[in-house]
Amino acid sequence: MAALIELAYLAAAALFIIGLKRMASPATARAGNFLSAVGMLIAIVGTLLDRHIVSFQWIVVGGAIGSGLGLWMARAVRMTAMPQMVGILNGFGGGASQLVGAAEWHRLMQPGALLPLDTAVSIYMSTLIGGVTFAGSMVAAGKLQEIVPGRPVLFPFQHLFNLVLFLGGAAMGMYLLISPGRPEVFAAMNVAALLLGVLLVIPIGGADMPVVICLLNSYSGLAAATTGFVISNHGLIISGALVGASGIILTQIMCRAMNRSFTNVLFGGFGAAIAASGGSGGRGAAPRGVRETSAEEAALLLGYARSVIVVPGYGLAVAQAQHQVRELADLLEKRGVEVKYAIHPVAGRMPGHMNVLLAEANVPYPKLFDMEQINPAFEWTDVALVVGANDVVNPAARNTPNSPIYGMPILDVDKARHVIFLKRSLNPGFAGIDNELFYNEKTFMLFGNARDSLMKLVQEVKNV
Amino acid sequence: MMEGLVILLVIFVLAMFVGLEVVTKVPARLHTPLMSGSNAISGITIIGSTVVAGLGATKLATVLGVIAVAFAMINVVGGYVVTDRMLQMFKKKPEGGK
Repeated sequence: MAALIELAYLAAAALFIIGLKRMASPATARAGNFLSAVGMLIAIVGTLLDRHIVSFQWIVVGGAIGSGLGLWMARAVRMTAMPQMVGILNGFGGGASQLVGAAEWHRLMQPGALLPLDTAVSIYMSTLIGGVTFAGSMVAAGKLQEIVPGRPVLFPFQHLFNLVLFLGGAAMGMYLLISPGRPEVFAAMNVAALLLGVLLVIPIGGADMPVVICLLNSYSGLAAATTGFVISNHGLIISGALVGASGIILTQIMCRAMNRSFTNVLFGGFGAAIAASGGSGGRGAAPRGVRETSAEEAALLLGYARSVIVVPGYGLAVAQAQHQVRELADLLEKRGVEVKYAIHPVAGRMPGHMNVLLAEANVPYPKLFDMEQINPAFEWTDVALVVGANDVVNPAARNTPNSPIYGMPILDVDKARHVIFLKRSLNPGFAGIDNELFYNEKTFMLFGNARDSLMKLVQEVKNV
Repeated sequence: MMEGLVILLVIFVLAMFVGLEVVTKVPARLHTPLMSGSNAISGITIIGSTVVAGLGATKLATVLGVIAVAFAMINVVGGYVVTDRMLQMFKKKPEGGK
């Protein structure tokens, strides 16, 4: 029976790998996800065959509650809220690892007796990583949902304090290796892990949350793997490693897209620096000349253009305006205007987020172009229509060395003949940085909610 | 007993390489579903949670185990369903577009 269970885990791990491999193309991705889910089912059924399991009723209760909640969340969530969703799910995975560690510790702990070294080490690792993942993910999700302040929360000696906390957690783990029968020390270690999770994420600005979510995704994989070490389960280890790897890669991609080093994201307190230098270039700056336009004028510009590149940003997502963008694009195409979409790697709030949103609006994906593909085309483009994007088109990234986003690869919107910004106000973007492009003479600002503005544009283009 | 740990480490490291290899091939446009999908896989802690919840050891261990099962299932079911929701949109696009 034990061999059978091991085989079930092997099958599950194989299915996970095949599933991830199928993610390489949109055509096979859905089937891949299904295979991965089948793998999970096989793993769960295999586990239930374990002869050590004596009572099933509580497993069923816990499983039913969890499944119900998971199903409800997955159905109810808006595509715009996907980053928070992934963060929350991630947190639950980490929380489960922490709980397994705690439960195993409580089961195995005998006053006075020593735990086998490998078991003990695995339990403490699972507890610590799981706790950090749980608390960190929840704070990150809170920041993305704007329940928790998105601005970096900093206090003096923060990094030092975190280091002490981390070393303290590790030290408590070590102490427990020598004298395991100390519940209060174990509890303190758990609290330290949770606190560390909160404190590691809270100083990181809202704009960097996608990186944090990727990183925590990686942690939740590592947490699963360490749980595998706790109960000597190969299936858990393999799957955890897969997730850990995918999280690491996505973290790298995000960092590269923002031209930030990994350590800079984690320890930079991004956004705080801006607050300091914000007096000159930030919100407080004296109002400079901005050319405000009407929907009518913008529609004329668009309607008589030969080529238009739409640059969607998070503002589009917030306004749920992906469908209106497509309607406008369809209308323009009917008039013979060539319409393309330029997708910045960090458009939206997680890698690939904008693609999902546009997919929801049925925008055909051959029309979506990555940054490297489309940047040379701006020069030959009549109108760049920026919908709710800001930092990813800010030329300061190219020519203002003291700007916090200096060096970040951007879409070369400023090279287009005309730029139309659909924006709610002149407020700086998520990163809190002013955009000189607003004040450029070829820029037209159309203020208002992106969705309303687009609807007006659709009306006006019909009349052109 | 350390040998057992080493074997587990070997498996872990090799699986890491497989993961890196497979995931790098996923195109940027599918990164969001990739994240939620791989996230669902990290719900594999459901295995550990199930064993712990079902051992019938101490009362506290069982309670913690059951909560762990619920947490892990949220991760698993939520992750797979939401990934499917996204991928379904990607699939219907070629004929839905134009």
